[in-house]
Amino acid sequence: MQKERLANIILLPVVLSVFILPPMAFSLSDAFKGNTYQVGTLKPIDSVLKVKVGDPAPNFMLPSISGEKVSLSQFRGKKNVVLSFVPAAWTPVCSDQWPGYNIAKDIFNQYDAILLGITVDNIPTLFAWTNQMGQLWFPVLSDFWPHGGVAKRYGLLRSDGVSERALLVIDKKGFIRYIDVHDINKRPPLEDLMSALEKLK
Amino acid sequence: MKRILKLLTITVLLFSAFAFSTLAANKPPEKGEVLPVINLPVPKNIDERNYLGLSGSGLFKIPQIKAKTVIIEIFSMYCPYCQKDAPGVNELYRLIENNPDIKNKIKLIGIGAGNSPYEVEVFKKTYQVPFPLFPDKDFTIHKACGEVRTPYFIVVKINEDGTHQIVYSQLGNYPGPEPFLELVLESSGL
Repeated sequence: MQKERLANIILLPVVLSVFILPPMAFSLSDAFKGNTYQVGTLKPIDSVLKVKVGDPAPNFMLPSISGEKVSLSQFRGKKNVVLSFVPAAWTPVCSDQWPGYNIAKDIFNQYDAILLGITVDNIPTLFAWTNQMGQLWFPVLSDFWPHGGVAKRYGLLRSDGVSERALLVIDKKGFIRYIDVHDINKRPPLEDLMSALEKLK
Repeated sequence: MKRILKLLTITVLLFSAFAFSTLAANKPPEKGEVLPVINLPVPKNIDERNYLGLSGSGLFKIPQIKAKTVIIEIFSMYCPYCQKDAPGVNELYRLIENNPDIKNKIKLIGIGAGNSPYEVEVFKKTYQVPFPLFPDKDFTIHKACGEVRTPYFIVVKINEDGTHQIVYSQLGNYPGPEPFLELVLESSGL
């Protein structure tokens, strides 16, 4: 009898969750067709930040898909910098993030900001993936080797080796002014980032 | 007491299943079906309100648009194909508006799947989109439409008696303004 009650207690929330909880929604462009790998719903955040707003941003130099190496310090005194870490190429939400930034160049310019897109994927993978997005105006950097080194220094490397979905704003003096370590399953709304850039004015 | 509790649980489960099934669909809207329940805000912009033949404020349903046929594009500002097709879809709007025979019969709207009002505005401004676009920030409409990939086109015929029917739907592969208008005219019998 007690066993039956226990089973009911366990079963009820499980059954209810199937009906009540909505599935994770992805708006996926047909541009990627069947070439994205469905990762399912992941732990929203799986790392501990090692930097905070007000800290000097740790410098780095990474290879980009255009062949050049790009460092954070090269923008010091010249541009505000937005770092967009996305977890992995060829995954649903990530494929649906940078193409939006690609049509927002004017807004980034308005805030005198450059965008640096970073993943832990290698250059050939990033090249093939971003080709599906059209011609991107911003550098795409590979944090592949040493694996996730930059993500790790910022405290953004997850336990499975991909980075968080994170946005950081770094001012012209090299200080971190905004950090959004976002739920990996969701795309950050553009207006939140732009509000952070507005505050630099 | 125990029996009542069991009955109550079953009722809640059945109701939840029914309620959820009306909110989320497991396949895209297709020809011959009716639209899922989609509530959109009456545009604040008077030109857009006039274009759709709506008045007042609050919410409206697509079959309330004053037209014989409504073309719906489910798009996203984050979708490269939607970006690429945007000028051609704008041209479709102009083709319709410049033809007095169909101008007041066919209307065009866009729904930004997962896009906030800000993001929809970025898309509208970037491509100078001349027809009304509506945000669907929480993917509510997108879920009701079977989580279609974007862009997804739906052509809806609105009957005299206020009923409606989907007469055409298409994922991507926008063929250009003229061929698409042909498809719209043929499928809706205009």
